Amino acid sequence: MSRISPWLRAGRAGLIGAIAWTASVAHAVNDLPGGPAVRQMSYAKPATQIAAQMDWLHTVMMVICVLICIAVFGVMFYSILKHRKSRGHQPADFHESVKVEIAWTVVPFLIVIGMGAMATKTVVAQKDTTNADITIKATGYQWKWGYDYLKGEGEGISFLQTLDTSHRAMSDAGQPAGDDYLLKVDNPLVVPVDSKIRIITTATDVIHAWMIPQFGVKQDAIPGFVRDTWFRADKTGDFYGQCAELCGKEHAYMPIHVKVVSAADYTAWVDAEKKKMAARADDPKKEWKLPDLIARGAKVYAANCAVCHQANGKGAGPVKPLDASPVVLDADKGRQIAVLLNGQNNGAMPSWKALSDTEIAAVITYTKNSWSNHTDQIVQPADIVAARK
Amino acid sequence: MSAVLHPGGHDHAHDDHHHAPHGWRRWVFATNHKDIGTLYMLFSFTMLMIGGVLALLIRAELFQPGLQFVNPELFNQFTTMHGLIMVFGAIMPAFVGFANWMLPLQIGASDMAFARMNNFSFWLMIPAALMLVASFFMPGGAPAAGWTLYAPLTLQMGPSMDAGIFAMHILGASSIMGSINIIVTILNMRAPGMTLMKMPMFAWTWLITAYLLIAVMPVLAGAITMTLTDRHFGTSFFNPAGGGDPIMYQHIFWFFGHPEVYIMILPAFGIVSQIIPAFARKKLFGYASMVYATASIAILSFIVWAHHMYTTGMPLTGQLFFMYATMLISVPTGVKVFNWIATMWRGSMTFETPMLWAVGFIFVFTMGGFTGLILSMAPIDINLQDTYYVVAHFHYVLVAGSLFALFAGVYYWGPKWTGVMYSETRGKIHFWGSLIFFNVTFFPMHFLGLAGMPRRYADYPMQFADFNMVASIGAFGFGFMQVYFFLCVVLPMMRGQGEPAPQKPWEAAEGLEWEVPSPAPFHTFETPPKLDATATRVIG
Repeated sequence: MSRISPWLRAGRAGLIGAIAWTASVAHAVNDLPGGPAVRQMSYAKPATQIAAQMDWLHTVMMVICVLICIAVFGVMFYSILKHRKSRGHQPADFHESVKVEIAWTVVPFLIVIGMGAMATKTVVAQKDTTNADITIKATGYQWKWGYDYLKGEGEGISFLQTLDTSHRAMSDAGQPAGDDYLLKVDNPLVVPVDSKIRIITTATDVIHAWMIPQFGVKQDAIPGFVRDTWFRADKTGDFYGQCAELCGKEHAYMPIHVKVVSAADYTAWVDAEKKKMAARADDPKKEWKLPDLIARGAKVYAANCAVCHQANGKGAGPVKPLDASPVVLDADKGRQIAVLLNGQNNGAMPSWKALSDTEIAAVITYTKNSWSNHTDQIVQPADIVAARK
Repeated sequence: MSAVLHPGGHDHAHDDHHHAPHGWRRWVFATNHKDIGTLYMLFSFTMLMIGGVLALLIRAELFQPGLQFVNPELFNQFTTMHGLIMVFGAIMPAFVGFANWMLPLQIGASDMAFARMNNFSFWLMIPAALMLVASFFMPGGAPAAGWTLYAPLTLQMGPSMDAGIFAMHILGASSIMGSINIIVTILNMRAPGMTLMKMPMFAWTWLITAYLLIAVMPVLAGAITMTLTDRHFGTSFFNPAGGGDPIMYQHIFWFFGHPEVYIMILPAFGIVSQIIPAFARKKLFGYASMVYATASIAILSFIVWAHHMYTTGMPLTGQLFFMYATMLISVPTGVKVFNWIATMWRGSMTFETPMLWAVGFIFVFTMGGFTGLILSMAPIDINLQDTYYVVAHFHYVLVAGSLFALFAGVYYWGPKWTGVMYSETRGKIHFWGSLIFFNVTFFPMHFLGLAGMPRRYADYPMQFADFNMVASIGAFGFGFMQVYFFLCVVLPMMRGQGEPAPQKPWEAAEGLEWEVPSPAPFHTFETPPKLDATATRVIG
């Protein structure tokens, strides 16, 4: 042992040094209520009954595991210290005992069955998505979330939830900042407190996963299939999660933000949202002027396209440039319309048919008249309506 | 060959320079189990280094929040290729290398049953590995869908995905051939008197592992073939756009994938089961129960696969069945740990490097076992699925489990392979350095997972910064220790620098491998040895 201990000591000193150094260079950041805490070492702080049960189960499991660890390794380390040749310990001769084998098979068996029994009630509760007050469909897109309020108060509301573009830029620049870094979105999902919210998940391209740790909820969003989960938030506030299933290059950049509000605030939000939607609804028959449509298209481009094709339209890596692209410059508008509606290259360029006719028309018009592209072509929403048929 | 077929006229002392080919022919045309074993191990160490460099690139990027070195696309390629290379290129071939070197020596056979197939199964891996690594330079870069290759993300990958699938087919074929060879060797070529229940534990665990491999490698081949036809031939097995089911891919993959994790750990159990008694100077406690526990783990491993899929939205009964079945696996695994500790109990222990690795294995692997138990509980797993908790868990069982046992085996049998003793001081530096840096790397990942940091993220919220930084520091230390291992332990041994190894360097080691000189001559046991009643000594 005498030869080893200097190394042990050196290792320990190194470890402590590393931690001290880490702390000194750490960025200034605070806990995010409803999201992760700085150097959080424990299970998510529960904000629903289910999450509270999960937290309790986790604590119980940890206690059992630590006790077993202490018992088993206590015996092992006692043996390591006492039963050594250097202390003159002579080896014993025993090497089997059916009784002991049966004992340490049966006792762990009973322990794990007990553990399973403890958890069963919670599994049943997690799976019970019946009698929801509000049903919301969460759709995973590469790389954003779409929400449709299907049933209950707020029925008909629908919007997309995207990471704040400044956060994506901070990430690229390697200059992260803020307590809600990579968790800030444009449109949080708003739900009332103390109501059973059923979330139906699906996806349009690849598998994503919708999760909020403090609600104890994580559900894969699978293209072509619908799955569901539920939560009933105990308290108002903001809660955060991130996509939890590898979904391509922007996997780390599609956060989830749920805002839990009082019933009255929720009603007010629903009213405001409905008014906004009415105002937003574009008449696909409207004939647009070129500058107006380009201005509208710039917004659509920034929200949907810039993440891959870049703000300068030059693309990156396998993503094709739009600047000087023959498809964009083509006098036949149909070519670019078809790409947007149907996607291209096995979905590497996904289909954008979920966007409205006006949005698709606007973004095509924008790309045809931006950067070095000066086609003066205009694509009207009516062209998209025709192409969809 | 004639020496093998007409063994009577030969004297063992001359065997090592008899019919031994020289130069490159010795390796390219190798049919000798020892040479092929050496090739396997050098290959797997090379892949360990490549996979390790990828791991360090990942950790360098995650050292701080924000993107510093790579873009997210390349980051996903790193995580994917790190996983594929480590699983299929490093850990699995390393155990096959051990099997090649040790199984014939342990059961008193002259060589593996199919010497030329043995050569073929090794040399198949070279083009496969080249293809895997070269996929980084293909258009669009390497596959970036995660080592699990979930559909439909695989359908969006570039041509490198096809290269990856082809490489895995070849590696799978190589594994199946290796397994057939191992099964036939163990079942047919044991020396008279070496009954199954007298076999060394390493032989037992490999026999069971080989059956697992034959059972599940074709399942993986099926899954990736369906991915291939979905990509190119218009089928829709997993493509939802054509009515396919992406979740079916996960069921098929994990039906392979869960037995696969036992494929990577059972031979490690075997190595540890041989080292602990040797250094405790006491027979392995509960030999028969060890064999039954290994078999139980193997059988149970076929009915637990969907615990990787709790968040896919399985029906309630599925969730409950897989939760209980998974928890049951901890029973035979616990039996093994208890048996090891009972072997140590009231022994007369010394702590040479192999024993340090073996005890380190028990300690750290068991921690990985406990996090596995916590993950098996479906309600808790909902929050931990696809977070760093899972990353911590499987590195505790695959690095501290499989890799530590492999190191234990290298120190234990290395003197037999090379004929020289390693430096005990250097071995201990390697052990303590690896153990400490391993824990610095992976222990904080439990906290990251509990706090909800998803895995396969190129960038993360600032609250996760400190533990990521600690993990990155540990990772570089761990990588450095393995370079040290190669330069200061492996190379000197391969060059024959060091004290000459006696025939049996370990006082209480048992088994036929210690009945031949060190280094083991080129041909051993050309005539079946006559064994004593315990089948551990040659008596004529």
